[in-house]
Amino acid sequence: MKFGVVIFPGSNCDHDALYALSHNLGQPTTQIWHESEDLGGVDAIFVPGGFSYGDYLRCGALARFSPVIRSIRRFAGSGGLVIGVCNGFQILCEAGLLEGALIRNQGLRFVCRTVDLVAGTSESAFTSACPVGQPLRIPVAHGEGCYIADEATLDRLEAEDRVAFRYAGANPNGSYRNIAGVLDEGRNVLGMMPHPERACDPAVGSTDGIAVFRSMIAATEALSASHAA
Amino acid sequence: MRPDVDDRVAAEHGLTAEEYRQVTELLGRVPTLTEMGIIGVMWSEHCSYKSSRFHLKKLPTRGDRILVGPGENAGIVDIGGGWAAAFKIESHNHPSYIEPFQGAATGVGGILRDIFTMGARPVAVMDALRFGPTDETAVGANNRRIIRGVVEGIAHYGNCIGVPTVGGECEFDPCFSANPLINVFALGVFRKDSIFLGSAKGVGNPVIYVGAKTGRDGIQGASMASAEFDDDSEAKRPNVQVGDPFLEKLLLEACLEAMQTGAIRGIQDMGAAGLTCSTAEMGGRGGVGIEIELDLVPQREEGMTPWEIMLSESQERMLLVAERGREGEVFEVFSKWGLDAVEIGTVTGDGLLRVRQHGAVVAELGNDFLSEDAPMYERPFTAPRRTAPLGGPELPEASGAELLAGLETLLSTADLGSKRWIWEQYDYQVRTNTTAGPGGDAAVIRIKEAGVSLAMALDGNSRYCSLDPRQGAKLIVAECCRNLATVGAEPIAATNNLNFGNPEKPDIMAQLVEAIEGLGDACRHFGTPITGGNVSLYNETLGEGVNPSPVVGIVGIVEHMDAPAGPCFLAPGNAVVLIGGLLPTAGGQLHMRFGSSQYARAVLGRNWGLPPALDADYESAVQEATRRIVRRDLAHSVHDVGDGGLAVALAECCFGPQPVGAAIDLKTDLQALYALFHEAPSRVLAEVSPQDLPEVISIAADLGADATIIGETAESMLAVKLNGTECFEASLSHLHALWDRAFETRLEVQ
Repeated sequence: MKFGVVIFPGSNCDHDALYALSHNLGQPTTQIWHESEDLGGVDAIFVPGGFSYGDYLRCGALARFSPVIRSIRRFAGSGGLVIGVCNGFQILCEAGLLEGALIRNQGLRFVCRTVDLVAGTSESAFTSACPVGQPLRIPVAHGEGCYIADEATLDRLEAEDRVAFRYAGANPNGSYRNIAGVLDEGRNVLGMMPHPERACDPAVGSTDGIAVFRSMIAATEALSASHAA
Repeated sequence: MRPDVDDRVAAEHGLTAEEYRQVTELLGRVPTLTEMGIIGVMWSEHCSYKSSRFHLKKLPTRGDRILVGPGENAGIVDIGGGWAAAFKIESHNHPSYIEPFQGAATGVGGILRDIFTMGARPVAVMDALRFGPTDETAVGANNRRIIRGVVEGIAHYGNCIGVPTVGGECEFDPCFSANPLINVFALGVFRKDSIFLGSAKGVGNPVIYVGAKTGRDGIQGASMASAEFDDDSEAKRPNVQVGDPFLEKLLLEACLEAMQTGAIRGIQDMGAAGLTCSTAEMGGRGGVGIEIELDLVPQREEGMTPWEIMLSESQERMLLVAERGREGEVFEVFSKWGLDAVEIGTVTGDGLLRVRQHGAVVAELGNDFLSEDAPMYERPFTAPRRTAPLGGPELPEASGAELLAGLETLLSTADLGSKRWIWEQYDYQVRTNTTAGPGGDAAVIRIKEAGVSLAMALDGNSRYCSLDPRQGAKLIVAECCRNLATVGAEPIAATNNLNFGNPEKPDIMAQLVEAIEGLGDACRHFGTPITGGNVSLYNETLGEGVNPSPVVGIVGIVEHMDAPAGPCFLAPGNAVVLIGGLLPTAGGQLHMRFGSSQYARAVLGRNWGLPPALDADYESAVQEATRRIVRRDLAHSVHDVGDGGLAVALAECCFGPQPVGAAIDLKTDLQALYALFHEAPSRVLAEVSPQDLPEVISIAADLGADATIIGETAESMLAVKLNGTECFEASLSHLHALWDRAFETRLEVQ
């Protein structure tokens, strides 16, 4: 499976995603510069964390105007898998690919710590390999990760089984209903604040993030098998 | 050139009458105002090291692994396999007091530029912070404001640019209320055949300005850092620079990419004294001259005078010299990253810094005049002043309840309590190399390219140094090296940040001299040459100086990339071994040396006497034993015994993610107070499986280090006995709560 990692000016988790996907998961992985509209025939897009365009104005607010976002929107519209992590989640929300928004942490401080997450659904291309009901240890590192949406949207996300992850222990940022990650209506776009790409290597802590990428690989393989059949 | 400079104007630029007389004599004329500005910063303490240079020569700077020593933007060491690491520490004390957030943020920005200007990609930051106490007074409230601002500033800059802040240290004392000390260390990695130096080469080559536009911010910052503060210091806020980490991230990527073209001959960041320092230093190091036209300098504001442009400390700017004819390759890279890159002058053969505006020469000064001829003082010094009496109160035998209360008090202090509130604001994981992060004895990052890990320890102890600067400095180096040993690392090189008061006062100068000599001795002993650093003097407000506060950063190497054992107990049922032993008689004078302990200060309310004694050879034996034990994977956890002594170290060992306690029984003739709280160095706690004990004991014995089994790990209690008699037993949840919330609670007060 071929992953493409998008790089904006100010992205800083791009190296981490490239290393985890290529080295820890052994998947071919390419870089996609923000000015490119050519996604290079990848099977999935990873929108990494960082401070795209300095997060001027609002986190992710400028990145949404990048040429690459136009291509990602088309790619997602045709069912392609897109995962946005941290700043990537903020960008996908700003770009209208996901509902809700991310605001300043309730504690008003940046927070870097490893938290417990539970998958809210196993019915997705990102969570099918995650253990049911069992917490995953995955780091967060953000200043603006408090997920908010209006009550009707939150109710709909829950009714449609689109909460991908919730904080299982202490909620690090005050996110409504402990939401750590959400899916779009088509269930092929995921945004999440915690960093699964930082939890793929035993040398630096947990390896629980691998489940997210294994899910994506399984979904892609299933898809290509069904095409072949 | 309008001769409008006199003694008064020279004094405003920080020059004494005698220094100004030298200027006119050497120049054979009166300098212009622009020249006066340039001379003022180049001859300032901050740039010229005029009070410390003479003594800094006493520091060891050479070693097998040293590729670049002091004098460049950062020191460089060989880490094997064709790879090298550049590292350095810098202070941003004065700006951080005036404007904590921007002062600290730009401190990070400055040290990162020092690293990538040499061609290295920055991969780790650490910070050494010294603040005033957070008590209930108005001063305490101001200190809280400073702490919040400084931590947020460091977090903002480091997190944004994507360099992990992997550890640090923090100390509190009333002397830092009006003079917080903010020292930031950074380390970068690169191929050792791709080192770039800050020297101009090749007459006729273009001098290129890249990065942010020049504005009126930070003007004369270097001079500000070379003077004491008074009541009007608030008015200096406009002298503090404003940082933009996003721009620096672009600058970092663009510079590293431009270096790949092969068209760059020399490069230097514009830090203190901005364009002045970078042009003069690059010309000076290259043995050439530099001529620039200020009309070509990208400017943020209109109508800036040459004086302002030359002295601006606007952030995120670099100066580079390219090969004539290949400048287009450089411009192309910067244009890709959306950055200004402009040719503002050329390298000349006359050894002069010549500055023009609208074609007319506004300054023309020799590089030698600016650097070599800068004053160097052998300032007079006395014996270091005694800051506390040698004798202290009588210490009666303490009851078990009193000992426990003492431990509780210590764990609740700002100095010893958990600093999680600070380091959780730092992204310490980005780049996924952090195999040992903040909260441990040393930070460790793996270097994927080189297949090794680098360990880093940052230490200071102004409590010890105020009682004996020489001994304090030695103990700091010993502790850094011991911290590195706990993660299995071999120390290879050091950087230092010398934070002191006004060197024109002979007793302060004495502290500086004593500390430098102590550092030199210890660094020679432990084989860690000093590759550079920073001297920050005049840390005084209204005549009150800070404690002598040398801070040392030492880098060590581990020949693999796996995570080291942590500092906290892993499981019940293992032996607790005290490598180095209790050291009951180390150096004698136990009562006098106990006076420098955290217990004396926090529980008894006063310090007296002397810092602990250090037997450097024994310390080396303990470190080597620790290193071997760790490298043979014989310890589940390893923790240095430091501030607060054995009792505090034991408690800290119990505070892992899964709390594990211990049952300890100390066999000793010492009275309990000393046994539990004295701070003799050369001691490390190791948690060892029973079957591995013989090997651990024999490793220590081979090296002549003591290794005493003092108890075993247990479930949820910390129980301490002395010669079989119970001292106290405390629940871990209780102790942990005190320690974990100690610092946070202090800062929650509005």
